[in-house]
Amino acid sequence: MLLVNEITYEFRDGLRVVDVAAKAKPGADLFIVNGHPVSSSFILEDGDSCWLIRKGEQPTADELERLLYARHSPGVHDKVKKASVGIMGLGGLGSPVAVALARVGVGHLLLADFDVVEPSNLNRQQYFIDQIGEKKTQALKYNLGRINPYLRIETVNVVLTEESIPALFNGVDVLAECFDGAEMKAAALRCALGPLKGKCFVGASGMAGFADSNMICTRKIRDRVYLVGDGETEARPGQGLMAPRVGIAAHHQANQILRLLLEVA
Amino acid sequence: MKIICNGKEMDVKDSLTIEKLVVDLDLNPATVVVECNGSIVLPDNYAEQQLSEGSVLELIRFVGGG
Repeated sequence: MLLVNEITYEFRDGLRVVDVAAKAKPGADLFIVNGHPVSSSFILEDGDSCWLIRKGEQPTADELERLLYARHSPGVHDKVKKASVGIMGLGGLGSPVAVALARVGVGHLLLADFDVVEPSNLNRQQYFIDQIGEKKTQALKYNLGRINPYLRIETVNVVLTEESIPALFNGVDVLAECFDGAEMKAAALRCALGPLKGKCFVGASGMAGFADSNMICTRKIRDRVYLVGDGETEARPGQGLMAPRVGIAAHHQANQILRLLLEVA
Repeated sequence: MKIICNGKEMDVKDSLTIEKLVVDLDLNPATVVVECNGSIVLPDNYAEQQLSEGSVLELIRFVGGG
């Protein structure tokens, strides 16, 4: 049996993806099998999962959610859809972490920041010029909704403190520390090792400037607690924060979060 | 007396406080997470909490940026 755009389809030996498309989705010009794009002559195997897409066609709302996840490996979507992730700080780390998790389909995001979008954010953060002055929580929620409308996104527009973090984020599966300031980074880790002990936590430290990309790594420091970054390169005069390197750290965080949700870490 | 700091043995003065150790190591107490004998120490207690022979410390330093 095959699964074609989530509908079961009878399998026979030697069946090509284009043969299935001729019946199930005439005019399809993008073929994805088990999360990977293939050519039209690709020969299917029993149990394969296929998505057949007509490029440029606006899918129905019903189809869209399934199509958004066509490139995921099988089994990923069901797990992440049920998951919730808290993101503390929506700047150069938090906004790309949120975008990556929205694209991958994490079902519930809890976004926290107190600040508004300002021009100096745009060198690395996932906002737009026409959003200058808006609350980051609202601007990011809107942007994520344009990427993936099938998520539940909650926002908290407050200044987080070491005292308020445990109660606010007690319910999430994974907590992402995406603060800018080193003092709050330390405070967040104390929460993870103290009142939130046992919670999955992914923090970050050291991603300024344009030093070697490969200095940035993901380290497990305790059971379920990870720190990303090079641990050294501090944001300071002469060593600013820029999209490439902060983005590398953010995507290390996002991937570690995904690994925790998929229980491979 | 001897303590273990980040896995390494260190010779330190008796009655050393966490704050004094952190400052002696050129670290900023506000940006370091301190775990002593498996428990997180809150910054308010750095000045009064003394280390003793065999104390096992983990210091995790953070730098700003995000």
